[in-house]
Amino acid sequence: MAFLEIRNITKRFAGQAALEDVSADIDKGEMVCVLGPSGCGKTTLLRIIAGLETADSGSVYIDGGDCTSQPPGKRNFGIVFQSYALFPNMTVSDNIMFGLHRRRGLGREEMRARVDDVLGMVDLLEHRNKYPRQLSGGQQQRAALARAIAPAPSYLLLDEPLSALDAKVRVRLRGEIRGIQRALGITAVMVTHDQEEALTMADKIIVMNNAAVVQTGTPREIYDRPATPFVANFIGFMNFYPAPEGVCAIRPERIELTGATDGCDMVAEIKGFEFKGAVTRIHGVLPRQTEICVDVASEKADALDVRASDRMYLRIPKEHLLRYPASAAI
Amino acid sequence: MRRIFGQAGPAQLLILSALILSFTVTLIFPLFSLLSKAFFDKSGAFAGIRNYIDYFGTPSLSVSIRNTAEVSSVTAVFSVLLGLAYAYALTRTNIRGKAFFRYTALIPIFLPTVVHALGLVYIFGRQGILTGLGVETELYGRFGVILSEIIFTFPQAFLMFAVALEVADGRLYEAADSMGVSAVKRFFGITLPDIKYTVVNAFFVCFTLAFTDFGAPKVLGGGYNVLATDIYKQIAGQFNMNMGAVVGTLLLLPAVASFAVGQIVTGRNTSTVSSKATKLSVADNRPRDAVFFVFCSAVSACFLFLIAALCMGALTEYYPYNMAPTLRHFGFNASAGGIESYFNSLEMSLLTAVFGTAFVFVYAYMLEKTRGFDMLRRYGRLLSVLPLALPGMVVGVSFIFFFNARSNPLHFIYGTVVILVLSNILHYFSVPFVTATGSLKKLDREFESVSDSMSVIRVKTFLRVSLPLSLPAVLEIFMYYFVNSMVTVSAVVFLYGAKFKIASIAITHMEEAGDISQAAAMSLLILLINAAVRIAYAITANIIERKNL
Ligand SMILES: Nc1ncnc2c1ncn2[C@@H]1O[C@H](COP(=O)(O)OP(=O)(O)OP(=O)(O)O)[C@@H](O)[C@H]1O
Ligand SMILES: [Mg+2]
Repeated sequence: MAFLEIRNITKRFAGQAALEDVSADIDKGEMVCVLGPSGCGKTTLLRIIAGLETADSGSVYIDGGDCTSQPPGKRNFGIVFQSYALFPNMTVSDNIMFGLHRRRGLGREEMRARVDDVLGMVDLLEHRNKYPRQLSGGQQQRAALARAIAPAPSYLLLDEPLSALDAKVRVRLRGEIRGIQRALGITAVMVTHDQEEALTMADKIIVMNNAAVVQTGTPREIYDRPATPFVANFIGFMNFYPAPEGVCAIRPERIELTGATDGCDMVAEIKGFEFKGAVTRIHGVLPRQTEICVDVASEKADALDVRASDRMYLRIPKEHLLRYPASAAI
Repeated sequence: MRRIFGQAGPAQLLILSALILSFTVTLIFPLFSLLSKAFFDKSGAFAGIRNYIDYFGTPSLSVSIRNTAEVSSVTAVFSVLLGLAYAYALTRTNIRGKAFFRYTALIPIFLPTVVHALGLVYIFGRQGILTGLGVETELYGRFGVILSEIIFTFPQAFLMFAVALEVADGRLYEAADSMGVSAVKRFFGITLPDIKYTVVNAFFVCFTLAFTDFGAPKVLGGGYNVLATDIYKQIAGQFNMNMGAVVGTLLLLPAVASFAVGQIVTGRNTSTVSSKATKLSVADNRPRDAVFFVFCSAVSACFLFLIAALCMGALTEYYPYNMAPTLRHFGFNASAGGIESYFNSLEMSLLTAVFGTAFVFVYAYMLEKTRGFDMLRRYGRLLSVLPLALPGMVVGVSFIFFFNARSNPLHFIYGTVVILVLSNILHYFSVPFVTATGSLKKLDREFESVSDSMSVIRVKTFLRVSLPLSLPAVLEIFMYYFVNSMVTVSAVVFLYGAKFKIASIAITHMEEAGDISQAAAMSLLILLINAAVRIAYAITANIIERKNL
């Protein structure tokens, strides 16, 4: 039995479905990312797990117990919001202290020690007496994380914790959050619409679209075996082309360039090059005007000596080819 | 259970219900008493619209409607024009002394309306300063009342325009300048369309205030009857409760009309200033500044002259015959309430400010920061806007009808400070409520979620987070309640008890008894405390703001 079980949750706002029969299992100690486009219901799902929102139907089990109707205070979780929601009138340590009230066993001194503990974990010890407005975005984010983990919650909920930060800080914090989550062995559910974030951080990804779960799996499974064209396209880039019985799909980095004769599956006319650093993406068109992209290592692309309007010969490895029914929407 | 209570627990439902219930008892029940009195006769039999037929059939009564409408429309036109020009000077020109002009424009707010009228008596009355210099006016009657009402409503119009003109899209003006548009055309083409809703609103606010004011016509009306003095005569003079109720309902008309218009107006009033707007920089223009400087100086000189006249009356032996300085007028006659009435006013205003602020803020918090019980919440919101439509006279009269009924278990508060405080809290509820809601809306709505997640009780979150972060709004509400309670006459004139007279009423009585020097002295005391509270507020707000930078 999973640590966190979400069973057939449905939630509507004024008739409009935000979640439609959503189920998911989350194991103890796992880092799960809920990934999906804006408005697909990710935040709503997180708030229902938290008890901050009430589902219209369905249930939530935590550690085997039905907690569908428990108020948030009884569920023992920590939460970090996109806005951080740090109390601006309190210092960093007071923010953390605020939630430590009813660790009943703890005396004042032990509470202080706990504050130091978590501040050490997020590396904010020397900023403890600052007010939130005196911290950078990344520091505020870490302060919010420290506040969430201080009461030793049994699981952690994060709603787009990194989306307000700039790219560099974001990448560094991914590693820090993941490190703390591992060190504590705490179950975590993180909402994001950034596929790279989900791929790098998660043990398991739940992909959502239009108020429903489309696929659940490890980052590799999701990337290599996307269940639908939507997932395939939402995570990374995917080439689609028509085939006799449906639609075929292949990642651009899986396509191999070959000579005209030896094992070529398709021929495409080269339209242009897109230098992306380590790799170069070659844009081409198949007969019947289907676009196709091929990623090759940049130094290899230089060696190829091909130009626009040249032809390229492609080999499609069967083990990486995906097939979808023609009816599946992209 | 949870599906029933939704997000909020039973404790929250309990608090919300208690607040809404007490609001209903002090607002809806008394209003209902008023309405029912208007449709019943003296013996308690149902009268239908017979009271109204009687009213309109009595020319000495129904002429008041015409008079009141006349006073209010003239007042509103003048106040809107003056307030607009004054606010324009302070926001869109480079004149000197803006802070000084801003504060002098607020002087009338710190005084009861009877005092505006009293000041005019000192200036234009039979022994007035200007009368002595040969300025002949017909002060008592229409002219005096209108003049007094303009003084009363001008600050309101000015404040509304100052807010509206504060924001402007500088790009529009730069575009106009680059096209070589004339200043006049620019005003009518850009500025005025930008604030057209404020013009409508300000007109209605001034109209309604003048329509329902009691103080000025009480002092200056003479034989010129208006609705507010009529209702007082019917109720306090002739004990004709039913006719009083009829007049009370008539007093509601402009407020109801402006309410309807307000709904239409605000519905369309999506902010025209886009987020990309650049700050307006006011170009140098000497002739323009000179004109506005003269204008502002003239207006503020009038207000200062009014205060000077009061000082002269209060601080001289026997104006205009014996001008020796004295403080003897501050020894108030006991018959009008004595100095006791001043302390009573302070007590009442402090209580109003403390309990009013607490009630408004908790009420706004419960509506804004809890979830669930949508029906109750909607009703609560409706209640919060209703007082805006209620003139003080109507609050007062409906309170008598409701609380003075022998059968009412709350009858015991009648004639005590409690009913005065209640009526003030209710009468001035809407503006503080908007302030509180606005301030709470600015707080991150996840503060409550975070606290819930850490199982911190809501009371602690309220006291340690929401309340401290809203301190500026709380202080503003406190000040608003205090100042208004110090100067109000209309609601409390029906409700004060013989044992608990208050200063604003005492001024009315002193004036009636001919002790106008004492009335002037008492006015100065009110002005002093209100100015002190206002300054204390400004300083505290400043300190808080600087601390939060
Ligand atoms: N309190 C609410 N009242 C009404 N509708 C809501 C409410 N909360 C969410 N919704 C609607 O439910 C749908 C899902 O919202 P949700 O916030 O869960 O999306 P999301 O996946 O978190 O999106 P984003 O990535 O933009 O944060 C949206 O259509 C949203 O408009
Ligand atoms: Mg969201």
